[in-house]
Amino acid sequence: MALLQTNGLTAHYGDFQALFGVDITLEEGECIAIIGANGAGKSSLMRSLAGVLRQDPEMVVLDGQPIGSLHADDIVARGISMVPEGRRLFPSLSVEENLQIGAYRSNGSGSWDLDSVYAMFPMLKERRKTPGNALSGGQQQMVAIGRALMSNPRVLLCDELSLGLAPVIIRDIYAALPEIRKAGASVIVVEQDIGQALKVADRVYCMMEGRVTLQGKPGDLSREAIHKAYFGVGE
Amino acid sequence: MIWVDTIVQGILLGGLYALFAAGLSLVFGIMRLVNLAHGDLIVLAAYLLLVIVTMLGLHPFVAALVATPIMFAVGYGLQRHVLNRVIGPDILPPLLVTFGLSVVIQNALQEGFSADSRRMPAGSLETASLPIGPVTVGVMPLLTLFTAIGVILALQWLFYRTSLGRAFRATSDDPVTASLMGIKPQRVFAQATGIAMIVVTIAALYLGTRSNFDPSIGPARLIYAFEAVIIGGLGSLWGTLAGGIIIGVAQTLGAAINPEWQILAGHLAFLLVLLVRPRGLFPRATD
Repeated sequence: MALLQTNGLTAHYGDFQALFGVDITLEEGECIAIIGANGAGKSSLMRSLAGVLRQDPEMVVLDGQPIGSLHADDIVARGISMVPEGRRLFPSLSVEENLQIGAYRSNGSGSWDLDSVYAMFPMLKERRKTPGNALSGGQQQMVAIGRALMSNPRVLLCDELSLGLAPVIIRDIYAALPEIRKAGASVIVVEQDIGQALKVADRVYCMMEGRVTLQGKPGDLSREAIHKAYFGVGE
Repeated sequence: MIWVDTIVQGILLGGLYALFAAGLSLVFGIMRLVNLAHGDLIVLAAYLLLVIVTMLGLHPFVAALVATPIMFAVGYGLQRHVLNRVIGPDILPPLLVTFGLSVVIQNALQEGFSADSRRMPAGSLETASLPIGPVTVGVMPLLTLFTAIGVILALQWLFYRTSLGRAFRATSDDPVTASLMGIKPQRVFAQATGIAMIVVTIAALYLGTRSNFDPSIGPARLIYAFEAVIIGGLGSLWGTLAGGIIIGVAQTLGAAINPEWQILAGHLAFLLVLLVRPRGLFPRATD
């Protein structure tokens, strides 16, 4: 049984339909990447998994339990945590408080706490009293990842980690992923950077116009097939 | 020397206005909700205290301990079942609902208690005074100011030293992202209004023991509270205390010149601050 799966997932913003029957699965310990162009439905998928967009209960199943209709705050309590697109740090909170608020519903069990997050991103400890929004984009992303880890999630959702960051910073951010997986979290990464996605993921789903157009292991997918699934036309 | 005494009395009066305003500031700071029924809720709490004092024969300060959990529940329920339904990007619905609530509270109190003025007896505290340097101050006004400072300190501690305070600030910044942290914004808002009603009860204690009150005086208390909050800078708790003191000093100075100018002088001070510092004296950086 998959740890997390969607069954014919649909999503709407008013009259606009963003997802059309999306089926994905995430196995325990796995890292999957969702790739696609702007407007492909990647973020809508993530928002649905995180409970920001609510669906029919059976459309999202975690460990055999239907969770599609739960609110975001209850989804966190079930073990799914999200690094949102654009980081979305709380400007009124310091770096340390941003991290602490990530553990709001945590019962204290699990390997992630302030010390382990600071060990992974040492520069955050030096700036722990700084307001979250006063950091550079890369440092903000580290806080956003640390904040999501503070709830000790079983599933970590990462929405556009590389957005607006310099390549060298992106490399540093993604360097943390193996440690996060080693600590027990399964990961879903949404990326526009195809190369980065293929590098870190065990499996890849490509989306276009709210549908999954391609899936498979990175080594099994040809450049031509990815290009067609990503843009809708061949090279 | 009379001017020193006037200013000291004004500072003490400012403590009462700061108490009126602290709950309003708290609710606005977290929810951006302007509660037009705030003054009437203070009067409601004063009547609740009066009932407890009359029925149980308790001293008003002891009665406040009994009233506090009741008013917390009133605030929690009001936010959870009424105000949460109208909070959103449009500021008009909460204004209309709280305006309606104000009318309902005034009329209900008038039905239940008549339009007669009431007052709670505070015993010897009412007339007790202390010589402080060249001036003599009443114990009750002094107690009011110390209580206002204590309330602000307690709220600051709650905001900046507790997990609930972090949740308040995070939800105020971004309720959607706060929900991704496991926070229930609707519950946090209800808790905030519940806590604001505790402050309202404390304000009602001093309102009811220091002056007469009747069902119609809520809107005037709301105006003083508004002015204190706006002078201080929206959402700033220490600014609210400063705003209350500025209005209090302006009123006593106005009254010293001409007794008819007391209320007017407070409003003029408010307008003057608005002209010079439209965002208040201590605006929050994120507002």
